[in-house]
Amino acid sequence: MIGISKAFGGVQALKQVSFSVRPGEVHALVGENGAGKSTLMKILSGAVRRGQGAIRINGQVVEIESPHSAHAFGIRVIYQELVLAPDLTVAENISLGHLGAVMDWAGLKRKAKRVLGELGFAIDPGELVRRLPVSLQQVVEVAKALSAETKVLVLDEPTAVLPPKEASRLLDLVRTLARRGVSVIYISHRLEEVFAIADRVTILKDGQTVTTCSISDVTPSRLIDLMIGRPITQLFPESNRTAGKEVLRVEDLRQGRAVRGVSFAVHAGEILGIAGLVGSGRTETVRAIFGADRLDSGSIYLYGRKLQIRSPRDAVNAGIALIPEDRKAHGVVLSLPIAQNVTLPSLKTFTNWVGMIALRKERSFVNQRIKDLGIKTPDGETPAASLSGGNQQKVVLAKWLSERFKVILFDEPTRGVDVGAKAEIYQLIEQLAERGVAVVVISSELLEIIGLSDRVLVMNQGRATGLLPKESINERNVMELAFSNGQYAA
Amino acid sequence: MSTVTGDSRRTSEKAPARFSPVISFAGRYNTIIIGLLIFVAASVFSDTFLTPRNQANVLRQTAPIAISSMGMLLVILTGGIDLSVGSVSALGCVLTADFIANHNLPIPVAILLTVASGCLLGAVSGYLTSVHRMPPFVVTLGMMTIARGLALIISEGHPIYVGDKGAVLTDFGQNNLWGIPNQVLLALAVFLVTVFILKLTAFGRLVQAIGSNQEAVRLSGIRVGWYVFAVYVISGGLSALAGMVEAARSGVGSPVVGIGMELDVIAAVVIGGASLMGGRGTAMNTIIGVLVLGIISNFMNLQNVPGYHQNVVKGIIILLAVLLQTGFRGRK
Repeated sequence: MIGISKAFGGVQALKQVSFSVRPGEVHALVGENGAGKSTLMKILSGAVRRGQGAIRINGQVVEIESPHSAHAFGIRVIYQELVLAPDLTVAENISLGHLGAVMDWAGLKRKAKRVLGELGFAIDPGELVRRLPVSLQQVVEVAKALSAETKVLVLDEPTAVLPPKEASRLLDLVRTLARRGVSVIYISHRLEEVFAIADRVTILKDGQTVTTCSISDVTPSRLIDLMIGRPITQLFPESNRTAGKEVLRVEDLRQGRAVRGVSFAVHAGEILGIAGLVGSGRTETVRAIFGADRLDSGSIYLYGRKLQIRSPRDAVNAGIALIPEDRKAHGVVLSLPIAQNVTLPSLKTFTNWVGMIALRKERSFVNQRIKDLGIKTPDGETPAASLSGGNQQKVVLAKWLSERFKVILFDEPTRGVDVGAKAEIYQLIEQLAERGVAVVVISSELLEIIGLSDRVLVMNQGRATGLLPKESINERNVMELAFSNGQYAA
Repeated sequence: MSTVTGDSRRTSEKAPARFSPVISFAGRYNTIIIGLLIFVAASVFSDTFLTPRNQANVLRQTAPIAISSMGMLLVILTGGIDLSVGSVSALGCVLTADFIANHNLPIPVAILLTVASGCLLGAVSGYLTSVHRMPPFVVTLGMMTIARGLALIISEGHPIYVGDKGAVLTDFGQNNLWGIPNQVLLALAVFLVTVFILKLTAFGRLVQAIGSNQEAVRLSGIRVGWYVFAVYVISGGLSALAGMVEAARSGVGSPVVGIGMELDVIAAVVIGGASLMGGRGTAMNTIIGVLVLGIISNFMNLQNVPGYHQNVVKGIIILLAVLLQTGFRGRK
């Protein structure tokens, strides 16, 4: 891929990016969220058309117009979210897309058995995919992507949802594939994996290639510096807060299989980090506190008073805010103007007795928020959809900055946000804490957890496995607890 | 096989349309343009179309659909659908006549009770949709059958004549004020209130926001269910009101009015450029959609096009109108 550029609306996602992969090579692609990794891979896989540049395969310039033509060129992508049909069998999934007019059941099973066998897994081809653990579903996904013609396989954060043992099996699988001559493009945030399997690594930052080098030429800490573009310490604001009295306390929260007995407390002016793997129940915990999902049992106390939270509305009325993880699905209404998004939770304060909105009052309020947060937009009437990820996130933040929120729950506050906006968001979180707000921050980025938190609650499989005080917050302790099976009691 | 349809849609949303100014103008105002084209065509090809008498006729005939379409617009803006409007208006038509002719109720009380009954049926649909999360298509399909059944039961299958007791009502249905048919003025009032609600009130804004992204609205601490409930109540009430208007026009409470009316009402909203996914649509464009349908029917009647053929033409025009809009809005 040579000199690839791509812009979405006014946002330049990729600028003159060049990227190559050799036969049988494992090439890691790293960079922060929003660096352009996914866009680059979407161009390669035909999901997105490139703006400029050229793609060559074996020296030949090719035109990848659609996922279908990418398949024809032997390029296959496995995304983070698996796209298997859960109610079909393993065998059917593997051959999906090459099914004949008449089902040849025996043939399908034979083929599935052979492909899985080659990968070193003995999965029953007749099993429904829904019944397999995620790690084996991933294997099925790989098996599905593999065929005689597969030349390039892209794996997008394949181990993000896997426990360590399964993750290492997957790495073995990747090595096997490379030995068979498949070129593997491996996207991961876990640097230890990158160092374990990659031959070369390409670092993307803000849509540009920082460098491509052999893995033996860099150290992990050098790689982080290259990804962030500045020493990490500068990203996080100085803090000299002291936590005040307890604001929020939750006891033995339970909700289905996702949350299985979580207790913690947050104090005024304190930032509590919640760490853990994707799927460890972090999001479900804060969603339940906010009333977005119903709790099965457990108690929530605000300033020592027990709350009955049955809906987000109850939480908002009590003074609890949630900045949700999935910005586009849960945070902003993309088609609405910025102004209407910002005043969504506080619309009542702008309406008179017939429900008429005081538009002028609303406009000046919104303009103030736009200025305070440095949202880059011509005015408040611009649709939220036309903003970059970082600015959209600021719109979401602007919704909840009112004084009346005493607890703010941030779920992955900087996902898909560029470094500049990241630093601003950290600054804002710090300011909120200084103002005496009790802050909870969920993050999958360890750097973020370590840089922001006063204390860290670590979760695994729906349970709180530990609570780290400031002095013991480090990568190792967090990861250890993230895979621990113990239960911490508040 | 394709794993990325969601992504490709997202990118097409972001890509700014690169059309010439003329076409992008046509894209933005296509509803108005379609309306004007059809109006001009009808004027040119028919001698009688433009006569004041015929114009008043067109407006009078479309008034019930216009009234009902405002409720439908609100429902569609939330991402829902109300298939029961035709049957509820039949029930409204029958109830108005029944209250007046058989129960000797004063006309204002009869009208009030009629609208309240429509609201009640709407409330049932709204309750099932918002609280029990049943798909609105199914709920209102059921309600469509129930309301029609009720209309037939109450009227015992026969038309109820409003008669002399309802003279004031039938006068209302046949007379003009300032040269405009009364029911058209009523429809205009409903339209203006809807414009006000959608443009200037929190209710209108939230209805549109819910249709765009229900979950984001809910997570902003808003009682989404209440608003969803409310739009079905409004739709039911307005449909019953439309039935009352029909009774006033014809002087008869008929249980078989409004058969297939839901399709005209939905078509009007869709011709007006509203998205059936919710979130997008305006009262102005919906009214134009109503008029487009009304003019087409009227024109074909004037030209003596047989009824069966009319259906085909109407269907084609609906499809063309929507094709024009989706075509402009952005193929990649």
